[in-house]
Amino acid sequence: MDFLQPATWAEALEAKAAAREAVPIAGGTDVMVAVNFGRLRPTTLIDLTRVPELQEWGLDDGAVRLGAGVPYARVITELGGRLPGLAMAARTIGSPQIRNRGTVGGNLATASPAGDAHPALLAAGAEVEVASVRGTRRIPVSEFYRGVKRSALADDELIAAVRIRPPAGPQQYSKIGTRNAMVIAVAAFGLALHPDRRAVGTGIGSAAPTPRRAPEAEEFLAGELDGLWESRGELPAATAGRFGELVAAAAAPIDDVRGTAAYRVHALSVMARRTLTWAWADYRKGDPTCA
Amino acid sequence: MRLSCSVNGTPREVDDVWEGESLLYVLRERMGLPGSKNACEQGECGSCTVYLDDVPVCACLVAAGQAQGREVGTVEGLAPAGELHPVQEAFLEAGAVQCGFCTPGLLVATDDLVARTRAEGRKPADAEIREALAGNLCRCTGYEKILDAVRLAADRMAGDAR
Repeated sequence: MDFLQPATWAEALEAKAAAREAVPIAGGTDVMVAVNFGRLRPTTLIDLTRVPELQEWGLDDGAVRLGAGVPYARVITELGGRLPGLAMAARTIGSPQIRNRGTVGGNLATASPAGDAHPALLAAGAEVEVASVRGTRRIPVSEFYRGVKRSALADDELIAAVRIRPPAGPQQYSKIGTRNAMVIAVAAFGLALHPDRRAVGTGIGSAAPTPRRAPEAEEFLAGELDGLWESRGELPAATAGRFGELVAAAAAPIDDVRGTAAYRVHALSVMARRTLTWAWADYRKGDPTCA
Repeated sequence: MRLSCSVNGTPREVDDVWEGESLLYVLRERMGLPGSKNACEQGECGSCTVYLDDVPVCACLVAAGQAQGREVGTVEGLAPAGELHPVQEAFLEAGAVQCGFCTPGLLVATDDLVARTRAEGRKPADAEIREALAGNLCRCTGYEKILDAVRLAADRMAGDAR
């Protein structure tokens, strides 16, 4: 096995182009588990922890450009206000030790349907910035997930960053698991209200082959909120209930050791209803971020 | 491959490290530091918690090469040889140790928590202690004595600071 430690982003891209089967490693919270258990024996590991650009975040053209190697712990401490939905998701991830190492870039690269960041990224309408020696491209996160642990990443590409617009309205995140830490989601849901665009963003986790949006629920709710955006009036109880049903209808879960399909569908309807209730209460108070 | 890094303040160098090896394996099997325990090998149990450049991490999830040139701190480095760190004393006195397998990881996690809160001139709240230790599993104690030990350590170390 080769162990490469590029010191620059250009070197990392060259290494990936030269060894397309190489496995990139950052926090190691997925890769090392697979190596430790003998499920992964890559010919080459590319350690991305020495590439300075990946460890930074900044503002670019009005969006937060979050380097793929920024650990969750820093998303929580440094970006709770700018990326409230993602920070809420990050707080539910693993343990302090895991959040000190795990990265959003790694979550995307693994592309597990249960990855905790995905519902928040989908709801916020994030873009994934990927690069190779051929150049850089941006992929809407909703088009990034292509199957169970499969993504739109080409075999010579690496994930550079995630780009997320700052919130124009409240964001919420909810996750079901057997305890409050160290738990893989049985089901998860992310919600973002976008009053600037009169739109709604959703993200479903652990309840389909890939993380996915609930487009019908988004359209229904945007229609119901027509007029209410300005008045900040009370949300009819039936609206939240129907929104929950439509979110649940967008899922396609399976029975597995963590939960049944029926439970996941039910849990999603409850999480969608609750997160909407919380987010709308925040919106009525005029709190733009509710982080 | 060769790995050079600092462990508990001492420069160390080991050869013939397999590229897929974890930092935990290097510490235990190549450097003779078996304090960090090998239990789950998937970051679930926290018994291998060490400092990597002052940040607590699961050593089982760090590829050995990722520690190249870095500072590693293990439970063996908490106190000078033959002495106990206040966190270790508190664990003994509070009866927070039963089989002891989870203890090294808990000691490092507790040391990190108490050092952070102490630097801010305060003691950790109970919710904060639970959160800080959420990644360290103990199957013996039921955690109550461990929480007692953390409070005791925090009390004493806050006293030292004054």
